[in-house]
Amino acid sequence: MVLIKRYRFALITTLILAVMLLINRELGLKAISITGFSLKEMISVIPPVFILLGLLDVWVPKETMMKYMGEESGIKGIVLSFILGSVAAGPLYGAFPIAAVFMKKGVRLSNVLIFIGAWSTTKIPMLLFEISALGARFAIARLLVDIPGIILISYVLSSLMKAEEVSQIYENAELL
Amino acid sequence: MNSYIMYTSVIILLTISFFKDKKKTKMALKKAWKSFENILSQLIGVMILVGLLLSVFNAELISKLIGSESGWFGVILSAIVGAITLIPGFVAFPTAAMLLDNGAGYMQIGAFVSTLMMVGVVTAPVEIKYFGKRLTILRNIFAFIFSFIVAYIVGKVASGIWF
Repeated sequence: MVLIKRYRFALITTLILAVMLLINRELGLKAISITGFSLKEMISVIPPVFILLGLLDVWVPKETMMKYMGEESGIKGIVLSFILGSVAAGPLYGAFPIAAVFMKKGVRLSNVLIFIGAWSTTKIPMLLFEISALGARFAIARLLVDIPGIILISYVLSSLMKAEEVSQIYENAELL
Repeated sequence: MNSYIMYTSVIILLTISFFKDKKKTKMALKKAWKSFENILSQLIGVMILVGLLLSVFNAELISKLIGSESGWFGVILSAIVGAITLIPGFVAFPTAAMLLDNGAGYMQIGAFVSTLMMVGVVTAPVEIKYFGKRLTILRNIFAFIFSFIVAYIVGKVASGIWF
């Protein structure tokens, strides 16, 4: 029963997929092949991300993380969050577990959000790829708009959160 | 290529960790597995959802909707499509280039690429697990609105009107 509840979301989507396959075989098969492609991507990215966060959790002391990315870290914290998010590889959902470890280690919310923002849009390997596909003007204009945008959004978001909401999110991160 | 670099660096770190402290390394791996198992259901669900969506929204349908004549309507539409779908960058950029070749405008593609990366409707269940409902919804709304600014500026610069 516990297992069913835990895997509810996966079970429901599998059911939808099965129904689609029955109604429209062609679309259903296409959906399965695209899902397979995403799963392959997940397998290629997810294990190192999780091992990395396990190592981070065990080896890096909370004090160090707080010093460099905590409440008092200032510009240093912003730059570091940007760099850490930008050098990473993998889709956005890979950033969330790492963000949870950051919160556990006392990284301030705005820096966690900058990390998420950088991971989503300013990844360096991706930038080179973007330049070759869409041109330097497109990619660099986007990058230059995104950097201040990410910082602004992160600060506005963290100022909109009430103190108790933030501590609830941080407590929740301890459990994950 | 990216994942090779990730795997290699993680293996190196893991080896160093193992020689320094076996117990701690074991604990790290245990934690890694626990966090992974924690979001496994959501991840599988999201993958299937993406498969379902992309089988309906194909490149042909998208480029028909967001031609360069489509103006702000096309921008909004591409932003929505980008927000809902989740395509890895290595597929997304060539797709975006293909859409451009098929007549999509720079502003529309700017909106599409931006929301594709910053907004995640299908990944929201995973995000909520970590950040709670309110922060997840707010972050996605802000990123969505911001994408229009990105689209406007990128559209002007990429088509050579600015600079």
